[in-house]
Order: sequence, then C-alpha cells, then structure tokens
Amino acid sequence: MPLLLTDADAAMLAGDHGPATAMAMRVVSRVAETMGAAELLSIEGAHIDSCLYHGQSGIDFAAALAADNARVRVPTSLNVSSLDLLHPDLYRGDQETARQSRELMQLYEDMGCQPTWTCAPYQLDDRPSFGQHVAWAESNAIVFANSVLGARTHRYGDFIDICAAITGRAPAAGFHLDEHRRGEIVFRLTGVRDELLDHDALAPVLGYLVGHRAGPHVPVIEGLAPDTAEHRLKALGAACASSGSVAMFHAVGTTPEAPTLDTALGGRPPVDTITITPADLRQARDELSTASDTTGPLGAVSLGTPHYAVGEFARLVDALGERRVAPGVEFFVNTSRDVLNEVRLRGWERELTAAGVQIVTDTCTYITPIMADVQTYAMTDSAKWAHYAPGNLGIDVAFGSVDDCVESAIAGHLVFDDEMWSDR
Amino acid sequence: MTVAAAQVVVAGEARGPVLSLDEPLSFWGGLSAESGLVTDEHHPQTGACLTGVVLVMRAARGSSSASSVLAEAVRLGTAPAAIVMIHPDEILATGAIVADELYGRTVPIVLVSESDYPAVAAATHAVIAADGSITVS
Repeated sequence: MPLLLTDADAAMLAGDHGPATAMAMRVVSRVAETMGAAELLSIEGAHIDSCLYHGQSGIDFAAALAADNARVRVPTSLNVSSLDLLHPDLYRGDQETARQSRELMQLYEDMGCQPTWTCAPYQLDDRPSFGQHVAWAESNAIVFANSVLGARTHRYGDFIDICAAITGRAPAAGFHLDEHRRGEIVFRLTGVRDELLDHDALAPVLGYLVGHRAGPHVPVIEGLAPDTAEHRLKALGAACASSGSVAMFHAVGTTPEAPTLDTALGGRPPVDTITITPADLRQARDELSTASDTTGPLGAVSLGTPHYAVGEFARLVDALGERRVAPGVEFFVNTSRDVLNEVRLRGWERELTAAGVQIVTDTCTYITPIMADVQTYAMTDSAKWAHYAPGNLGIDVAFGSVDDCVESAIAGHLVFDDEMWSDR
Repeated sequence: MTVAAAQVVVAGEARGPVLSLDEPLSFWGGLSAESGLVTDEHHPQTGACLTGVVLVMRAARGSSSASSVLAEAVRLGTAPAAIVMIHPDEILATGAIVADELYGRTVPIVLVSESDYPAVAAATHAVIAADGSITVS
C-alpha cells in the first residue's frame, strides 16, 4: 500500500520549505513505508535522543538539518548528552570527544529544542496527556509515554525523532494505532512476599524478566498494587526496554489502558500466560549482577537510571539519615537539571553533598567517563544501568535495592537483604 | 537454496558469511561502531565481530540510539553487510536509511518468515538480491 501524503507533506518533500525539511520528510516517509503506514499523522511534541554523541555521523546529520535553519514545529525536549554542563569537572574523557559532544548539543539547541537534557522527560512539568500523539525516542521514555501517560508514540530511534519534530509528522502506524496497543501476553505474579511487592526493588527485576520473555508482544502484568508509584513504573519500563524491545506494557488496575485484564487484552485471548514466581525473580535479579566476587571493597554506587525523580531523592535522603558514605566509595545520583532545582529548594543537595553523594545532571554515569576506574565492582538499583554498564564501562556490577546500595556504601562493602526475595 | 523475503525493509544487494545471533542485540550498548565487535556482556556472543557479515537475528532490542550506532558503523566501514530478521525494527531501519541519506551507503535489512528463518540462521554464506531474496549455502 503506497504512503498517502497530504499536500502539505508533499510540499515539504518537494523542498518548498528548504532542503533540510525535505530531508526530514524523506526520512519520516521512508520509515513510514517500512512500517507499512497508510499515511502520516500530526504530532504535538517530540523528545530527541539524537543529541547524545556517538560519532561524526550524528554531527553530519544534525549539521545538514541545522545548516538550512530547520526548526522544530512542536515543543521538543532533549535527552541526555555526554556532558554534565552543570558539573563539567566530573568529566574524565578526552577533550576532543567533549568538544564534539558540545557541538552536537548546540546544533539541537539551534533547531529550537529545549535544553532539558534528561532521559525522563515525563518528569518535566509539561508532559504529554492521554491520547496525544508524540514522537519520542529514548527507550525508557517511549515505554513510559505509552504505558503510564497513555500518550502515543512508536518506538522511535535517533534521527527520525528530530525529523518528526521538524516536519510535525509521524507514521500513522505502530503504537499510534489502537490495534497495536492491545496487550498480548500475560505475566501473573504469584507467591511474592508482601514486603517485596511493596518494595522499589521489585519493578526493575520484574521488568527485566518481562522484557526477556515478552518477545514482540505487548505485555500485561497482573499482580502489582493498584497504586503502584510512577517511579516504579518508570523502573519497570526502563528494564523491559533494555532486556527486550518493549514499547508499551499494561499493569492491570494501574495503567490507564488497563482498568481490567480483559480491557488490556482488547477482549482477545492472550498468546500466552506466564506465571512469575519468587524463584523467577531471584534468577532475573542474579542475572543483573555480573560481579562474581563481591567480598572485596565496594568501588562505586550509581543511582538514577533513568534520572531520579524528586520522590526518589526524598527516599534516598531518608535512607542515608545522618550517615556518610565510606571513604573510597564513589556515590553518584543521575538526574535532570529540572529535578536538581527541586532538590536544591528542599535543601537536600547540601545534605547529600555532606554525606558524600555526587549529583550528576544532563548525562548519566554509564554513557560518559565520570566514574573513576572501579577495580572491584559497582552497585546500582537500576536494571538498565546493570544491563549496560558492564559493556559500556568494562566494570562488574552488583544489583541491589536502594537500601542495599545505601547500606553497602556506608559499610564500604556489599550488604544485601535477601530475605524479601524468598518464597512466601 | 533461495528464500523469499517476507518484507524488504531497506533494499540493497549484499553478500557475506552468515553470523547468527542466539539472542536479540541492542546495537547501542551492545556493538562498538569503532571495532564492529559485540560488547554486550550479557549477550552469549559477546566479542563476535559483525563487520561484513550477514547478521541473522530474530529481533533487535533495547536502545533508541541503535540507529546512530548503525549509521556510525556504516560511516566507519565496520557495519554488517546486511541484516536478516523475523521481527521488524524501525530503529535499525532508521539507521540504515539515514546512512543512505548521508553517505549513499547502507545496510540492506530483510525480514523472513518464522518457517524460513532456521535455514538462513544455519547457513554459512548468504547472498541478498535487490528483491530481498536470500540465497544461502
């Protein structure tokens, strides 16, 4: 089926708005064709992942757009980059990479994108509402937009994000359409202790497991508390978009398109129903730890992947109390400059600094050299960080709950609460 | 034998030794564009070199940045010769399309059916034709 363009789409493609807009429309329409879209649809916002530096090709592409003064047509936020502009001294990488990273960031600012520098744009004041079409890149943000906000975005990657923002158009396909948003495979939690059900550590581990097993299907999760907090849904989504290719999940009784199991499934039988036991969760949790020897001293802790929310900082401040991180342990929390502002207003930045915690903004510890060489192992409460850090940084990781991370950081060695993971 | 494409995602001719992945791979956080090596420590084939191979995997996974890594690998000449999958992945498709826009070079991406997949995955060499048909040996 050929892609049907409106007169306005065709005019962009023909170059009526300049060569950059024509290239952007060419990319959008070529991707739309690969998706089998019948037409394009208008979007009301975009989130750009292309601003993170991966090499000269990223600059070549952005420069080709920016050289022609292309501007975004919809409100557009920017994902993390390789640099923490608020704490530049933290950067340990080479200056040439830093210069190119900054050049790329500037090109996206020049196109009218907002310098939000966060992988959690759903934590900004202005976020998409239910049913709105947007073009979001960044796998965790895509899952959150679709699943938790009920906004509609396909699983977009770098390049098409900015092309959609410049043209204001996206393929009318994939997760923009009702038929692809229905749940297909059910994951049913059973036998999990109340303590774990009510703990932050469940979501990333469950998400990691769901991502592995969902394959191409939209997962539906049964058994989470109806009032599951947003930061837990964030951790769940980020994990299943790391271990799998999940762009949307339903949590029955929690997420907006899943008031009941039947509604989540769109009235159709699931392709499969998978029971999740504490043993399954323990196995997934253990897969997140690459460190085989955790008897030595802890090297570092990294929290906030995706970027920590205000509520998560509250929990961290509470968990630390008056205590200090042990000498020799680097303790990082990644967040957005927007959330940092809130943290400062509450006086927590001073408390955290005094406790030995370093806040990182605009970027993340697993995509840019900020941490010192960790000779032993690092700890995290994030399944996404645990998944990517060994490959990106060449370090060993031990996954734990935020409480495990805090207690370990204070003790200077691994402290792990295994009890809540046992069978009920 | 020759297998027909279920869908030609990005057209182009290619040939090379077949490298079949046992699990989906995220190109970002999983592949080094500089070296063409699989860097994902959780992947069973970590350390494998994807440069010039016909990469066969059921699906991709993970990061939105995979399109950037694929385009950068094309620029550096470390990319696979072609990618054969069962499940479409628009993020990889975008990387291949943008590499074509920027450098006039691309990585053909072809989808095959579930029933044809095992024969392609088990092959040692594959030739992709412009119509997406895959001749394996």
